[in-house]
Amino acid sequence: MQLEVLISKFQEKDEKAFEELYHMYGHSMHGVIYNIVRDHDVAEEILQDVFVKAWNNADGYSAEKGRFFTWLINIARNAAIDKTRSKAFKNSKKNLNAAYFVDILEHSDSLDRQTDAIGIKKFVSQLAKQCIDVIELLYFKGFTQKEASETLDMPIGTVKTNIRKCIQQLRIIVLK
Amino acid sequence: MDITAYIQSGVLELYVAGALSENENKEVYELMRQHQEICQEVLEIEAAVVKLTAAASPRISSSLIYLIMHKLIDNSSKQNTKAKLVSIVKPKYNWLAYSGWAAALVIAIGLLWTLNQNNEFESKISEFETENSDLEVQIANSKTNLATAKNLLNILRDKDIISLPLSGQGEFANSYAKVYWDKKENYIYLDVQGLPDPPAGKVYQVWSLKLNPLTPTSLGIIGDFNTDNNKIFTLVNTNDSDAFGITLEPEGGSETPTMEQLYTLGVVEATRS
Repeated sequence: MQLEVLISKFQEKDEKAFEELYHMYGHSMHGVIYNIVRDHDVAEEILQDVFVKAWNNADGYSAEKGRFFTWLINIARNAAIDKTRSKAFKNSKKNLNAAYFVDILEHSDSLDRQTDAIGIKKFVSQLAKQCIDVIELLYFKGFTQKEASETLDMPIGTVKTNIRKCIQQLRIIVLK
Repeated sequence: MDITAYIQSGVLELYVAGALSENENKEVYELMRQHQEICQEVLEIEAAVVKLTAAASPRISSSLIYLIMHKLIDNSSKQNTKAKLVSIVKPKYNWLAYSGWAAALVIAIGLLWTLNQNNEFESKISEFETENSDLEVQIANSKTNLATAKNLLNILRDKDIISLPLSGQGEFANSYAKVYWDKKENYIYLDVQGLPDPPAGKVYQVWSLKLNPLTPTSLGIIGDFNTDNNKIFTLVNTNDSDAFGITLEPEGGSETPTMEQLYTLGVVEATRS
């Protein structure tokens, strides 16, 4: 089914469409959330909330504003970040800022079950430091281009060309 | 517009990341609709990023989707409940109805109670009425008695009336009686309180006597001796009597007095006559 059709069905509260979208993006959202909270159970909890929230606020999405995936990942990141700000979470977890998504990829056995596992592992191992940083900030943390530029202390133009190069590499490996 | 340069700029990667401003997003969206290459490029970037981010997920419980679906159903049923709650406004009228019924019940009970009270009062009233009529009878009796007593008193005080004691005779010495003789009206009033009740089958008979020669004349029998309260009897006496006597006679009376049964006798004094 075409993504646009699927999304509009989802917006009409079609449970089948919702389920399909979950299968398309569930793992991705979970990866983003897990990268932020680094707790499996908590991540699953947040993932549930994210999809429930998406269902309830489905009307709030419009294609003009951006990709559905982008809309969804935004909800996921915000929910995960909110969680890390909660007092209970702060008390149980130490500073997570130093941890990057690559740690997960490099040390995870779970990649073995995925068809792209070998490719992604290879990608990660080859990934330049600047790619790791820029992917982490833009996709996993949801920084704006300006925020990323300031954090990485490089011009927006450089952020753009870097992310272009990094995603190009990724595409060659995972999409072929 | 140089589409290739636009694609190479990296703006589409930022677009998928959500790192662009609202206006830039709109611009990309428009260009995607106009240029298939741009649209294709975005889809590929997105697919790659989905795979990358998914790779960061250790694993997801396969049951998670069911948990989520369950929550959705829960939520929608909650919303239904809310929708139903709105319609609960109506039952307010039911409350009115309920309180109406309750009030009706209370009133019905009240009415029954009042009816009961009314019956009680009515029976009390009839009790009082009975008592009242009893009292009235008593008053009437008392009035009659009083009138009788007054009449007697008048008789006793009347200067024309001769008062004559009849003393007990022989074995009836304890008996006594009194005669008040109204010579003008030819009546005697006989007070027989001092006589015992006559035995069954016997009555007292009153005699007027002439002494010289001894001639008794019956004045009558006292038939209702036992039932009369004040034991005063009025008898007609047209004789020029010298004395009065009372004997006990068989029922119906006798022609002549039975002298053995003479209870009392009194002689009219010469001076009085």
